[in-house]
Amino acid sequence: MIVTTNRHASQREIVPATQSLARVSSIGARSFLLEAPGDFDLVAQRRIWALSQSVKGWPDLEENIPGMTNLLVIFKETPEDPDAMVARLLEAWENARSIDLKGKTIEIPVHYGGEHATDLPALCDLSGLSDREVVRIHHEATYRVFALGSAPGFGYLHGLDPRIYMPRKTVPSLKMPKGCVTIGGMQTGVAMLTGPNGWNSIGFATLEMFDPTSPTPATMAPGDTVRFLPAGIEL
Amino acid sequence: MIEIIESGPFNTVQDLGRPGYRDIGVSASGAMDPLAVRIGNILVGNDESAAAIEVQTFPFSLRFERRVVFAVTGADGNPHLNGSELLSWCAYLAEPGQVLELKQPPRLARSYISLGGGLDIPVVMGSQSTSLRGGFGGNAGRPLAKGDRIAVGEDAEIAMLPASGIAVVEPAVALRDVFPAAVDGTLPIRALPAGEHDLFAGDGEAFWSQTWRISSRSDRTGYRLSGEPITPTASIEMRSHGVVPGVIQVPPGGEPIVQMSDANTAGGYPKIAGVIECDLWRLGQARIGARLTFVRSTHAEARMVEQAVAGYVEDVRQTSRMVKRALKAMA
Repeated sequence: MIVTTNRHASQREIVPATQSLARVSSIGARSFLLEAPGDFDLVAQRRIWALSQSVKGWPDLEENIPGMTNLLVIFKETPEDPDAMVARLLEAWENARSIDLKGKTIEIPVHYGGEHATDLPALCDLSGLSDREVVRIHHEATYRVFALGSAPGFGYLHGLDPRIYMPRKTVPSLKMPKGCVTIGGMQTGVAMLTGPNGWNSIGFATLEMFDPTSPTPATMAPGDTVRFLPAGIEL
Repeated sequence: MIEIIESGPFNTVQDLGRPGYRDIGVSASGAMDPLAVRIGNILVGNDESAAAIEVQTFPFSLRFERRVVFAVTGADGNPHLNGSELLSWCAYLAEPGQVLELKQPPRLARSYISLGGGLDIPVVMGSQSTSLRGGFGGNAGRPLAKGDRIAVGEDAEIAMLPASGIAVVEPAVALRDVFPAAVDGTLPIRALPAGEHDLFAGDGEAFWSQTWRISSRSDRTGYRLSGEPITPTASIEMRSHGVVPGVIQVPPGGEPIVQMSDANTAGGYPKIAGVIECDLWRLGQARIGARLTFVRSTHAEARMVEQAVAGYVEDVRQTSRMVKRALKAMA
């Protein structure tokens, strides 16, 4: 699925393209990406979760990675007939029933504003909202973890209010600190590592959300509910 | 034990990787030239997925504190043991106190040191590979540094190695028919068109026809390529999706990035192509400044290459086992 943006124009330019059929494309020889048609919403994501569950039973499957209304499927071997794999995936998608993962609720204290909120002024300019309104809109919403990726334990959160959508930066911040609470397009999340980051920072959280020595290294899991609690607001 | 005497930055412990955790954002990591690690491990009698030392900044040297079988594979430079030159792609026995030194190889990028018995370090999330981004695995989640000491596992086969060592025909030679050599210094790398290929219209052809150069902003995470920029016909922002090593993404600047061993687990840039897995080790051995072209490939060709590589590895495994058995019987 493609989201068209104009990076320097208003948020109204972020419009999901509509397609009626799921699209499957290949990434290298063993991996196939299925992208759900339609809107970027919980309805599509529930079917992606269902699809992820059903492909887990395939004996020739090595790994499957749920994304944002899409699923990457990695097979153990390069298929002899890639078209048959595409057909199999599309059939599984057609049969995928909506499931809702019963997740836990995670509350993340956030210090909004201050030195780490490097992109809050730009978000105010883009949205036409005051910094107080942006912060209020961000912490009043309830988010769902759609998928994990990009860094160990990083959860992509759905549920951002469209009034504070903000496209990813064309030139990423080179050293955004771990813990920054960020907005990337229609998604929000908490940076898990210090490093280059193209998302827009509006606050800071100190919760540890990844431990490689734990049997469940990532705190977040798809389906979890996330609430941001304003621990401090510095505007 | 071995002790690191000299090391540049970014030399790490790597095995064949940590797949299976991409869905929680953890890169697979693993050696940039996994074929060299497999062969090195077979030579020293390890399981082929045992961890090795990946050397990509030279010179590098270490001291053996006890008798150890070792092999250096990967790059085209020859290692030195206490100053005497040895062959690459060959298993030898080191005595306590001896120093192994690796100098900058003439053309290739990475050498691997495999040790009989393997490296005795913790397995984290199913692998001994260093996750530099996550700061865990390998040598306490960080590159090797002067003064580091690493334990080596017990080696049951140590007595089976002949004094003169055991060598193999290296993959670049044994698999010459399968991996076409560089033409005028330009390495051909096979790839399949990926999701947004058609979005590049005429620039898609420019991607396949031009010679790219590996830029200095390249590392184990990704190779950035310099060349005539290519741009999609529409400005798009993808929903985040899983990615794997070999994916060639095109950021807004128009210069492609090939994801390598420490590949990000998710991305949103348009993808023009994906390198076939069996050609990734050749890319892993290509240095900054090297030139390459992408050759449009097929699933069928990828399978053919995979089968040829599997056949070569199996042949090395069988032969090495046979030779060691015969030598033991004669002893």
